[in-house]
Amino acid sequence: MAESNAKSSNIDNDVAARRELIAFRVGRQEFCIDVMMVREIRGWSAATALPRAPLYVRGVINLRGAVLPIIDLARRLGLPSTEPSARNVIIVIQVAHQQMGLLVDAVSDILTIDGRQIQPSPDVASDLVRSFVKGLLPVEGRMISLIALDHVLPDEAQAA
Amino acid sequence: MTTDPMAAIRETFFQECEEQLAALEGGLILMETGAADSETVNAVFRAVHSIKGGAGIFALDALVRFAHVFETSLDQVRAGALAPAPHVLNMLLRAADVLADLVRAARSGKPADEQRIAALVAEFAHLGDAQPPPKKARIMPRWEISFTALPALYAKANETVLLLRELQLLGEMHVSLDASRLPELGMLDPEGAYFTWNITLESACSARDIHDVFEFVTEDCTLEIDESESELEPELQPGSVITGANGFSFEFFAPVETETAAAPETEPAPPIAASIEPSPKPEASVNATIRVDLDRVDRMIDLVGELVINEAMLSQRVLEAGINRASGVAMALEALEHLTREIQDSVMAIRAQPVRSVFQRMPRLVREVAAQTGKQVRLITEGEGTEVDKTVIERIADPLTHMIRNAIDHGLETPEKRLASCKPAEGLVRLSALHRSGRIVLEVADDGGGINRARVRQKAVENGVIAADAALSEDEIDNLIFLPGFSTASTVSDISGRGVGMDVVRQSVAALGGRISIASRPGLGSVFTLSLPLTLAVLDGMVVSTGGHTLIIPLSAIVETLKPKLADIFALDRKINVIRLRGGYVPLVDVAESLGYREHRATPEQAVALLVEGEGGMRAVLIVDAIHGQRQVVIKSLEANYRAVPGIAAATVMGDGRVALILDVDVVIKSASSDGVRQETVKGLYAPAMELIEHG
Repeated sequence: MAESNAKSSNIDNDVAARRELIAFRVGRQEFCIDVMMVREIRGWSAATALPRAPLYVRGVINLRGAVLPIIDLARRLGLPSTEPSARNVIIVIQVAHQQMGLLVDAVSDILTIDGRQIQPSPDVASDLVRSFVKGLLPVEGRMISLIALDHVLPDEAQAA
Repeated sequence: MTTDPMAAIRETFFQECEEQLAALEGGLILMETGAADSETVNAVFRAVHSIKGGAGIFALDALVRFAHVFETSLDQVRAGALAPAPHVLNMLLRAADVLADLVRAARSGKPADEQRIAALVAEFAHLGDAQPPPKKARIMPRWEISFTALPALYAKANETVLLLRELQLLGEMHVSLDASRLPELGMLDPEGAYFTWNITLESACSARDIHDVFEFVTEDCTLEIDESESELEPELQPGSVITGANGFSFEFFAPVETETAAAPETEPAPPIAASIEPSPKPEASVNATIRVDLDRVDRMIDLVGELVINEAMLSQRVLEAGINRASGVAMALEALEHLTREIQDSVMAIRAQPVRSVFQRMPRLVREVAAQTGKQVRLITEGEGTEVDKTVIERIADPLTHMIRNAIDHGLETPEKRLASCKPAEGLVRLSALHRSGRIVLEVADDGGGINRARVRQKAVENGVIAADAALSEDEIDNLIFLPGFSTASTVSDISGRGVGMDVVRQSVAALGGRISIASRPGLGSVFTLSLPLTLAVLDGMVVSTGGHTLIIPLSAIVETLKPKLADIFALDRKINVIRLRGGYVPLVDVAESLGYREHRATPEQAVALLVEGEGGMRAVLIVDAIHGQRQVVIKSLEANYRAVPGIAAATVMGDGRVALILDVDVVIKSASSDGVRQETVKGLYAPAMELIEHG
């Protein structure tokens, strides 16, 4: 809980706060999330499809006895998506009481940044991007989008 | 979850209360059977005292007040000032029930039944006043009369019954018949006289008055009259004649024990209708225990499940690598496998609990139902130590409660009826538990009248469940009571006759993957048998594949598998197909289509079909591509990390480490029927053929 509070207010207030972020590639873009959300990183294993699930829910896998839903982040963000292979990576994250896996192309970096480096995303972006992208981060000439994942699961999950 | 330290302590207090209450009831029951020693009485006292002490800390005033009154009486018993007579124990047991109510009320924050508490507190006060009650009732002089008729008495047309009736007018009387001189039938002199009556008379009358009664027969009988010194209760012999205040009742052969007519004056409560017999061997050894958060145990079970899968995968890899089975690696792997299974069993055993905790609630239930119905009931429990997974324990209490209520309310006859059919007035309900082939079997047996098949059948015809001329076996008739809307008690009672009867029990049992059946013998009683899986953490399932996906269908829902023929399939409308099955029509559901795995349904004649039965006896035929056999699977929640998925009950992990989904049969059946098929057509075993016109 404390994490998400910090996230929503960090852009304006926590200017001096140092944060650790984990960056990863999806297609040709780079995104990052707070390292505190990440439980583990594992290779892709075939998921069991769920009936009548949104396209971006790839299905469920077995994570040491727990059933873990896999979110195809490319599809979730409206980016072009390819069939996952052994080269793909699943980032297991914790959001509130639930765990889920994010299907991404590769983990690219672990960044320690100053909160002041984060810049707001411009208003021109689409609704979909705006609902996930909380800020932009320039790193060595690349642009990394900081994303929030509170609403990454289908809406019914929030209601349930 | 909670951060309030007081709330956590409070929770611990209530958990301890439950333990104390169980000890309290167990001790009182032991006292009732007369098997108690002074330590038992002390333990009972301590239990109430601890509850009172704890309740004081949490300012639970109502609880403290009642516990105090209760404790005071127990203290008298402990000090020997109050004899643990049956009526006292009955009251103490009821007080234990009220105490349990108060504890639960305090825990849930709901108000308790004030009236009941007040009544019992008043009774306790009365108990103190009237002490010692037996002496008070013995102020009257007591006469012991022995009256033996001689043949001449009958020859002169005297009638002994009339003499005894006249004697009864003098006061409270107990008569017992000594028929010991009665010879074998062949030796019997039809004009002989063989009986002696032993009469205890409590009366202020003189010996003269008694002699007057027998005035006209003095020469034709042997009469002894003594004034008794004894203060003891009259001992009644089994097989004797007992006379109540209302006249005579004769009982010659059965060893019937009946309550003495002279109930103590201080007893406003109903007579003790229920007595409880603990198992012959109480398994009461006290072991050191620790309390562990269930989540931790569940987590461990998950991990061990994963260990089993990993171990299987490792074995597979080793074999694939071409390593000899006799090599050291393979042998070590085998040892690892044994070890893994043992760990799995041990971890599952942590969650296993004896059914005692559920059985312990039943004596109270029996007391209450017995009092409500005016029946005399003895409950015998067996196999309380039988262990079953915690998930099951939590869910057997309701079906068992219903079955026991049913056994008392519908199974057992009234004491009068029982006596009339040469049974003891006290009915017997036997509750037992045992393990049988990987399942737990619970039995509720009564020695009542058995199922009234004529009435069940008649009712089934009235309700339109069966045709008037349907030919059913006795067994089939008995099992009709599990269909919805069945209650055969001629008067609807508030105990078990709300029309929600055994069908509800059957449904909740089926939801647990269990089965219930009945065996009944007219006049001798019924046995309800409940068989449940030992754990709800695993499930017996049929592994099927359809539309390229692997699914598990719970075995408990599957009635049979069949190979559909095209000629038997009819289109009801553009979406719904039905299949003709033994004269009825059952909707056909393509599982892959229903779950959205594919757009077009499979050609049925190439598929495999499963007849399934869901909640409430609804049936459907499920079409899948192939069946791969049965398997026991570990149930995993989908909701924990995702959300509920319509049509899917849960998930499981297969041997190859992949997740497979468990089909929610009820939802799939309903999805077929809600689209327009009239559900009556598939309602169940005895559904009449639907009026379906077959020219589509």
